[in-house]
Amino acid sequence: MMVAPLVKEEGAPLAPSIYSLRSVDKIYARRSLVALENVNLDLRKGSFSSVIGSSGCGKSTLLKIMAGLTSPTAGSVVLAGKPVMGPRRDIGMMFQQATLFPWLTTIDNILLPIRIRDGKMAARAKVHDAQALLDLVGLKGFEKAYPSELSGGMAQRAAICRMLITEPAVLLLDEPFSALDELVRDFMNMELQRICMEREATAFLVTHSIAEAVILSDTVFVMGARPGRIIEAVHIDLPRPRTLDMVTSPAFGRYVIHIRNLLSQGSQS
Amino acid sequence: MSTFDAHGPGAPVESTVWKEEISLIDSIPRPLAILGLGLIIVLIWHFATATGVVSNIILPSPLETWREIVFVGTNLVTGGYMLAALWVTMQEVLIGFVLATLIGVGLGVLVGETRFGERAVMPYLIAIDTMPKIAFAPLFVAWLGFDISSKVALATFVSVFPILVGTAAGLNSADRSALNLFRTMGASRWQTLVHMKMPAGLPHVFTGLKIASLGVMAGAITGEFLGGGKGFGEMIRVAASQLHTPRVFALILYLSLLGLAMFGTVSLIQRKLVFWHKDGRDAGE
Repeated sequence: MMVAPLVKEEGAPLAPSIYSLRSVDKIYARRSLVALENVNLDLRKGSFSSVIGSSGCGKSTLLKIMAGLTSPTAGSVVLAGKPVMGPRRDIGMMFQQATLFPWLTTIDNILLPIRIRDGKMAARAKVHDAQALLDLVGLKGFEKAYPSELSGGMAQRAAICRMLITEPAVLLLDEPFSALDELVRDFMNMELQRICMEREATAFLVTHSIAEAVILSDTVFVMGARPGRIIEAVHIDLPRPRTLDMVTSPAFGRYVIHIRNLLSQGSQS
Repeated sequence: MSTFDAHGPGAPVESTVWKEEISLIDSIPRPLAILGLGLIIVLIWHFATATGVVSNIILPSPLETWREIVFVGTNLVTGGYMLAALWVTMQEVLIGFVLATLIGVGLGVLVGETRFGERAVMPYLIAIDTMPKIAFAPLFVAWLGFDISSKVALATFVSVFPILVGTAAGLNSADRSALNLFRTMGASRWQTLVHMKMPAGLPHVFTGLKIASLGVMAGAITGEFLGGGKGFGEMIRVAASQLHTPRVFALILYLSLLGLAMFGTVSLIQRKLVFWHKDGRDAGE
């Protein structure tokens, strides 16, 4: 299995890798399915990466392994120097659905991870942190609102806060805005970039959208299916902060076409 | 000009305003419709009895029934022997309901949360649920005697299943991403149950509780029919055996008020507790 080398970056030295996967395989024996084969990837500290691939290429399996929700069949998964052997508090996660609980106020939803891990007192002590996060995502004043009073975009903002409250070392984003309509989605992606830049977060996004992957990422991992593998790590050399206008630039277009070609090759093989 | 004309200038614009039909029943206010239908039924009832089409022993006249309703009501309000009977039945119903809730939620958690419960216990519970539970009444009387406990047992037995099924269904109603979220938070099984599955399942539990609040009445009254005692059911049985039909009707009316109060109380608690669920309506509606 050939893995294309990363395109060399000019100028600034590369940040150290915080999350690394080496020779990761995942085989579902019962269905005799090789979901992942020899996956190697590195997330550099403070970088934004995404993984793109056709449905059923193993993206979700990869994310589950990285979240510590399922074990790889072979290989090593190491975050911040420690092997990932289960869910960890330094891993933050966001899903397609905001999954806010309707019986809790927005702030109690955000404090839920603390409540679960450290108890009621610890959650109470973090109220100010939660308020600061609400401020960060532009939801100030919605502390006492119930999720039914929030729009889809606002609910996902609250979900961002809940992900950030434990101060995770890495953010795993499973198509977080794909249920939102396109205008809101574009806006939320730019918000996500701002939040990640402000907090120097390391983020890993699963997406179906090539444009979304390119506009947000420093590195796009293109996956092929059956067996699920990384075809190429495409380095996106567009200046930060990215803006929605960049989609009209020739460089953006070249990246999109390159990734589309990789994907169609991957699905033909 | 704010209109866009696709057919060139000067094309005549035809008005396409048309009248939507509204059915007659929709134009009548709801309380009026209910009252009106009630009045029509009482009128038919009156003529059926006044003309002698139906014998007075089988169906008493509206007026006779009304007198009996006033009589029973007066007895209840003034603290007569009927109030004592009502209290007996109420005790059966309330104790039965509390027991059914405890057992139903307990078994529901066992069945809905554990693999053992789901695989081994559930089939037995389904088998018992398909049996006509009222048929167990003579057994309960034989086991527990003629006092209140045999009626409580039957009331509990009849009403436990909807609560059990509601609880089990509720615990399984949590969606995948909520479960995944709790796993990523490192939540224990107990925490997942208490903080997520239980509250998420409450609407289902309340659907079960509402059905149970009506079933518990049927259980208690059936128990009294077969096991005697000093409750309302016994009074109905005695009145019916004396062909005192107006009394039977009146007693049933007051019983239904008790049932309504039970149902209303459960609904009220639901609205307070499950305030976040779509207008407090039941799950699956």
